[in-house]
Amino acid sequence: MEHIELFFKSIFIDNMVFATFLGMCSYLAVSKKVSTAVGLGAAVIFVLAVTVPLNWLLDQYILQEGALSWLGEEYASYDLSFLSFIMFIATIATMVQLVEIIVEKFSPSLYNSLGIFLPLIAVNCAILGGSLFMQSREIPSIGLALTYGVGSGIGWFLAILAIAAIREKIRYSAVPPALRGLGITFIITGLMAIGFMSFGGMLTGGDEKKEEKPKVEAKVEKEEIKKEAKEIVAENTNIN
Amino acid sequence: MGLLSKKDTALIKDPLFDNNPITIQVLGICSALAITAELKASIVMSISVMFVLGLGNVVISLMRNIIPSKIRIIVQLIVVATLVIIVDLVLKAFAYELSKTLSVFVGLIITNCIIMGRFEAFALGNGPWRSFLDGIGNAIGYGLILIAVGFFRELLGSGTLLGIKVLGDPIEKTGLYAFGYENNGFMLLSPMALIVVGIIIWVQRTKNKALIEEN
Repeated sequence: MEHIELFFKSIFIDNMVFATFLGMCSYLAVSKKVSTAVGLGAAVIFVLAVTVPLNWLLDQYILQEGALSWLGEEYASYDLSFLSFIMFIATIATMVQLVEIIVEKFSPSLYNSLGIFLPLIAVNCAILGGSLFMQSREIPSIGLALTYGVGSGIGWFLAILAIAAIREKIRYSAVPPALRGLGITFIITGLMAIGFMSFGGMLTGGDEKKEEKPKVEAKVEKEEIKKEAKEIVAENTNIN
Repeated sequence: MGLLSKKDTALIKDPLFDNNPITIQVLGICSALAITAELKASIVMSISVMFVLGLGNVVISLMRNIIPSKIRIIVQLIVVATLVIIVDLVLKAFAYELSKTLSVFVGLIITNCIIMGRFEAFALGNGPWRSFLDGIGNAIGYGLILIAVGFFRELLGSGTLLGIKVLGDPIEKTGLYAFGYENNGFMLLSPMALIVVGIIIWVQRTKNKALIEEN
């Protein structure tokens, strides 16, 4: 259950582009055509799906406080979390190099159309951000880390797909000259982000009704607890 | 400014408006949007980026003749990551609440496109002093946009600047609030940062018609 909840949460509520603005540089630069946007989005999903669980393992068994205890008791107090940045970015750079080799082998046309942006995935804030958020939210298991990675990737993919489709359409609209291109993209992204905020109540909608019923019961419980407390105080004073 | 030659002052002045990293070069957008709800966070982030970019440019420039071309991205990443770790630890030690507000975005300075962009475009081909100036110039340009966005968002969103209530007290209805003015809470939400930057780009391109994109 928590997998499904985390999956939908990372696509809609904590969307990497619209909630936390990660990966904006390549998002703005590659979104002129839908076909390149789809290719880059798929690459980002794959890289996130691989790097977030890998970095989770790194964090769990090497970087966290007390993580090194599997080496021996004397290492239990080491806290290497200050090295997280370097280690995370090293795994990410390696994985992206791997993806680049695979894409070049299996789809040379995609490789050529993505150009410089494929190696730039390594410095895409979305990838490092995914790992850092995984670390700061203390995701408890590797399965959840994988769900979080795939979900975040799909969220980013949704965002770049949407903005590419919109940009292709507004090429024929009467946008003021000074807003053409970059300016209108910013404003449209802002409006989409406001739209995505409407998903905020998606996973908590059921809780509000539940709160009303227990209020009456809570009052009754309070009085019972007060009675018990009085009895206990009375007992203690009697004993004293 | 007598000790800087004309070319050197251009290195600092260009990135302020004509070649601004955020609005013209379209780099470093991620952190510009997410943490600008408070002016203080914007100022601290700008200073951090200035430190990392200035020092990083110098280090890469000093090493530019000995870095093998095939691994230069990895070397750049290591240099930046080390500098950001230093910034992160300093912030955690001396400004703990602020480091909590900035949370992962301090770490994300590593992937801030401005830094890698300036390393590739400038530091790898120029001497240390000029690289330092270029780094400082770009960081100031970045900081200008951050501070502008943070200024408007904090002023219109919570009526304060750096925590000081400048429009009056909303609870006791003094100052501007006595006339019925209310804080625009929307400004504190992240999407408004995107729209404010869009408006800044609009103003900049209207003034400088050469930047307008062709359809």
